[in-house]
Amino acid sequence: MRVIQIIAGLLLLIQASVASAVLDIEIIGAGEKQIPVAIVPMGGDAKLSQTIHEVVVGDLMRSGLFRMVDLAGKFLTEPSQVSYADWQVRGADGLAIGNVTVLPSGRIEARFRLFDVVKQSELIAQAVSAHDGQARAIGHRIADLIYEKMTGDKGVFGSRIAYVNRRGQNFRLIVADSDGYNEQVVLAQNEPIMSPSWSPDGSHLAYVSFETGHAVVFVQSLYTNQRKVLADFRGSNSAPAWSPDGKQMAIVLTRDGSSQIYLVRPDGSNLRRITFSGAIDTEPHFSPDGQSLLFTSDRGGSAQIYRMPVEGGPEQRMTFGEGANYSPRHSPDGSGFVFAHRNNGKFYIALQDFQTGQMELLTEGGWEKKPSFAPNGKLVLFASEARGRGILATVSSDGRVKQHMFTQSGDAREPVWGPNP
Amino acid sequence: MKKLVISLVLVNLLAACASNKPAETTAAPVDSGAKATTPAPKTAIAPVTPVAGDPLNDPASILAKRSVYYPFDVDAVQDADKPVVQAHGKYLASNPNRKVRLEGNCDERGSNEYNLGLGQRRADGVKKMLELGGAKSGQMESVSYGEEKPVASGHEEASWSQNRRTDIKYAK
Repeated sequence: MRVIQIIAGLLLLIQASVASAVLDIEIIGAGEKQIPVAIVPMGGDAKLSQTIHEVVVGDLMRSGLFRMVDLAGKFLTEPSQVSYADWQVRGADGLAIGNVTVLPSGRIEARFRLFDVVKQSELIAQAVSAHDGQARAIGHRIADLIYEKMTGDKGVFGSRIAYVNRRGQNFRLIVADSDGYNEQVVLAQNEPIMSPSWSPDGSHLAYVSFETGHAVVFVQSLYTNQRKVLADFRGSNSAPAWSPDGKQMAIVLTRDGSSQIYLVRPDGSNLRRITFSGAIDTEPHFSPDGQSLLFTSDRGGSAQIYRMPVEGGPEQRMTFGEGANYSPRHSPDGSGFVFAHRNNGKFYIALQDFQTGQMELLTEGGWEKKPSFAPNGKLVLFASEARGRGILATVSSDGRVKQHMFTQSGDAREPVWGPNP
Repeated sequence: MKKLVISLVLVNLLAACASNKPAETTAAPVDSGAKATTPAPKTAIAPVTPVAGDPLNDPASILAKRSVYYPFDVDAVQDADKPVVQAHGKYLASNPNRKVRLEGNCDERGSNEYNLGLGQRRADGVKKMLELGGAKSGQMESVSYGEEKPVASGHEEASWSQNRRTDIKYAK
């Protein structure tokens, strides 16, 4: 028996090492305005330069807000080599150059410059360094810097995502870069895993695991991998959500009957019930100011989105009309929320503004679930389906740019975008 | 790794040539951990400790039915399934040492969390009906798998109807 367990363990390890790369990314649509930029591969270490270049170009293209200007064979690394007239002719608004070297300590250092070709000025001159083997992290950082300078919004390429990969009976909780690369397996087992939820500082994941035969909420450190049980009452324990200050969590328990929402401290203390509907109340999500919760409830007959003050009080229905609605998440600026909308046999990702109460569909519909905003509010990550598999997808919050991310084999489920580092 | 892949492919090819059996039955044992297999079809009777004359082991008994099914987004036991649940309630009442796990399941329409709640209501509904039949609450545990453990994986009603289900599972 023990031998079998060891073999099974080895097989898991082999799978993890083989299936670590994103296979394919498809981009559909384009932003209203695309900023033309010239990204020159860096000088110095050729291999590092190539990786960084791929990451920077990939990140900017996926945002839908940038267009790559043909370099026409030009290669330059120093500000003295910049001829603004050359790049104006090619139609570039921005020009990025730099050098990458491996320091004696083994760290990678990229010295990077960004120029405004139109205004003929240097926008950024910055050194970005990272541990050996983290060239991709440098690429994401540089892409964030370019994005921020050229669009005025904060970048999100350096942030991470969490999702569940399901292959047959095998479930893995995965944390990856925002482009799906650089996977880290947080938990692998042959029982379901659901509902990963990031702590506001990105140091912990709460999630639901069925490893003991029913749904139990765990909280796990991403640094030490140590974890503890947050809620293990009879029935189902699920839907963990963190308050913005990280001091309390909302969870859903069935210990007193139907699914109801409770508050609890992350150490498991001070548990108290805050909904008393007798219906299914679930998927709580804190507003950015920490004052209210959005949640899903079927108290009105079908699943709809409701809002309530965190400490309890009057509950207000937010969604009306045909179909059912699930999985609400506030936008980072607190002006509205995304959710999954089901109507006529399809699931859509939808956005609703608190002020107007208008629902806007961001996607064309299909099997689209579990949306969450990027930290800058410009992109929404969700679970979709293509080529018969569960995949990760994003849509820009104006609905114009979509991308499909085909991760390794199996189905990607339950994605959630983490905070900025 | 490439070698391993090639040899697995060869094994599968040879197996495919050798017989008309379904591919699943010819998979090499070493392959089982890596292969995404569909869940095995549910057996009619879960294995339980044999007891002489125990109606639980009689395939002709109504107790051989261990699953109840639901319409979409409904958690009440349907009329057609009530005799099954009532029979299990009676059996548990007269066999106080027997224990059951009630596992609620859902189809994939809805969010995973909503379906977890719905599956729990389904399992709890069966539990209440078993209690009405005389079973003690200490004999029963109700849990939900939501949409996480489908027995059929299609995106159509034929699959969904099998997945909207509470299983009555006797402890060994």
